[in-house]
Amino acid sequence: MYTQAMDTLREEGGDKPALRTAEEAQLQQRFDNRIDAGEFIEAKDWMPENYRKTLLRQISQHAHSEIVGMLPEGNWITRAPTLKRKAILLAKVQDEGGHGLYLYAAAETLGTSRDQMLDALHSGKAKYSSIFNYPTLTWADVGAIGWLVDGAAIMNQVPICRCSFAPYARAMVRICREESFHQRQGYDSLLVMMKEGTEAQRAMVQEAVNRWWWPCLMMFGPPDDQSPNSVQGMRWGIKRVSNDTLRQKFVDAAMQQAEVLGVTFPDPDLRWNEATGHWDYGAIDWSEFWRVVGGEGPCNRERLAARVRAWEEGEWVREAALAHARKFDLKEAA
Amino acid sequence: MSTENEWPLWEVFVRTKAGLDHKHCGSLHAADPKMALQMARDVYTRRQEGSSVWVVRSDQIVASDPSDKDMLFDPAEDKVYRHPTFYKLPDSVDHM
Amino acid sequence: MISSIKIPAAPELSYLLRLADTCLISGQRLGEWCGHGPILEEDIALSNMALDLIGQSRALLTLAGQRSGESFDEDQLAFLRDEIDYRNPTLAELPRGDFAFTILRNLVLSTWLKLMWERLRDSSDAELAAIAGKALKEARYHQQHAADWAVRLGDGTDESHRRCEAALAQVWLYIPELFEDDAVDAAATAAGLGPAWSQLQEPWLAEIGEVLGEAKLAVPPAPTFRSSGKRGLHSEHMGYLLAEMQYLQRAYPGGAW
Repeated sequence: MYTQAMDTLREEGGDKPALRTAEEAQLQQRFDNRIDAGEFIEAKDWMPENYRKTLLRQISQHAHSEIVGMLPEGNWITRAPTLKRKAILLAKVQDEGGHGLYLYAAAETLGTSRDQMLDALHSGKAKYSSIFNYPTLTWADVGAIGWLVDGAAIMNQVPICRCSFAPYARAMVRICREESFHQRQGYDSLLVMMKEGTEAQRAMVQEAVNRWWWPCLMMFGPPDDQSPNSVQGMRWGIKRVSNDTLRQKFVDAAMQQAEVLGVTFPDPDLRWNEATGHWDYGAIDWSEFWRVVGGEGPCNRERLAARVRAWEEGEWVREAALAHARKFDLKEAA
Repeated sequence: MSTENEWPLWEVFVRTKAGLDHKHCGSLHAADPKMALQMARDVYTRRQEGSSVWVVRSDQIVASDPSDKDMLFDPAEDKVYRHPTFYKLPDSVDHM
Repeated sequence: MISSIKIPAAPELSYLLRLADTCLISGQRLGEWCGHGPILEEDIALSNMALDLIGQSRALLTLAGQRSGESFDEDQLAFLRDEIDYRNPTLAELPRGDFAFTILRNLVLSTWLKLMWERLRDSSDAELAAIAGKALKEARYHQQHAADWAVRLGDGTDESHRRCEAALAQVWLYIPELFEDDAVDAAATAAGLGPAWSQLQEPWLAEIGEVLGEAKLAVPPAPTFRSSGKRGLHSEHMGYLLAEMQYLQRAYPGGAW
């Protein structure tokens, strides 16, 4: 359920690094031609170093976002209000784990092991989408995350299905196919509470939507004029639509869905613009975004600590399985 | 950091239904073959995608070198006579 | 706050609830691993099993509701009973513990459930027999998964072996409850609804003994302690589990979910 234009968090050097040899220049030329012709790049194909680095960073951050993203909703598995909702939520959170797994596998083709990527996450070096540093305080948060956070994620992710790096594109095709139920289940859950529920439930839904609206808008990343790396990302197809364009698309879709649902968004400046054919929205508080990205969000420490704890508590399990497999291999060889 | 204690990587191939080929669908980490098979089932067939699963240690796969692509595959390009569409038959026998 | 539903004291209903609650409470505990497993692949595997168990409990609770004479639905039964009306054996409700405890409990319960489902396919209640037919496939996989892990951990490292021994010692305290009969069993066998729990003991011991042998784990001595969850008298852990599980249903009277 990732997203957030995370390629903006740390920029790699220039578009084209200094080339050392004529052979490399030729390889670079051939690579550029393939990219421009819309061809896919496979893991074993030659690729410029900054392409490899940028992809590795983006895919691993995307993977980290999926597994950290299991935590806020996972909070509610034991408390889900009906057995049907419990099964749906468990399946959904499990899917996020699967998506993390597909993405780690895609990143591994670039020559970095999953353990190395996890080490970067656990040591705080790697980033993940900061939306998951917000708390889930009520059951309606589960629905709001499905509707708004997954909705925003899907808008960001669908274009990546056509990304130039084939293992990433293939993983994204699978993820987008599986995620199609995630947004629906969230919206459906909110819809039932709004249409058939009690006054207390409707208040719970509105309160959750109020908290998630602005962080969701931030998921698309900083405004285009502050997102200098987009040109390179666009060329490589790891980013195909600009942050602001996606954000606007999201707002337009959400406004219509909110009306059906019977909730409002906490923005007095939201109004229909006849001239543009879009909804205008108010100023986003980017200082909050950078504060949360920088580690000062409500749950940054808890999220990371939960991941580290699971990893450390699992160490003896992973070691034991490997030790057992090696004993078995020795017996086979004997 | 060391990765020598990382579980090996396996490639997963799934047959979606009887009669079809096994198709590569992704990879995963597992400590042993039996675990790899179970994990493949749990990770890659959650939505009735499978009726049979193969797993292969990734380091056991022999792959062609991308730089040999021209040499290996381009020579087939001009063998147009291998395709049925190369042959134009009279309309009366066109379903041959 | 919604008050609790009252469960009629009918032995055949108790028989169904014992089984349904074993699945429900096991599923609740297994679900706690989601997002916290020792490796991503295993996280996903544990969630699959939790989903199977929740599915089984839904089918059984729905059936129990129909047979209760009160037309309770699955959620009323799952969320609105008093603790004393939950009938799972105590083993199912114990905290998830470390991975060794989870695996050994899964081994014990999935083997038990597998043997139970095999027999319930011949139940005089056609719907119960149909549920058993489906659940049996799931339980066979759960058993295999747990048995394979028990062998890896039992015959892995010194630490994993030690943790398995400790987990097995704890699990074993709650085993007698899985095989002791009472009036509920007598009524169920008389009606052809399903086997007395004691009938599962011999095949269970044989299958578990084989796995523990391969895992290089000794069968612990028979305990004198007797747990009593299936009669509604649970451990202290159950109250916390239910408080968490029931919270939304209790706190939002008349809510729609």
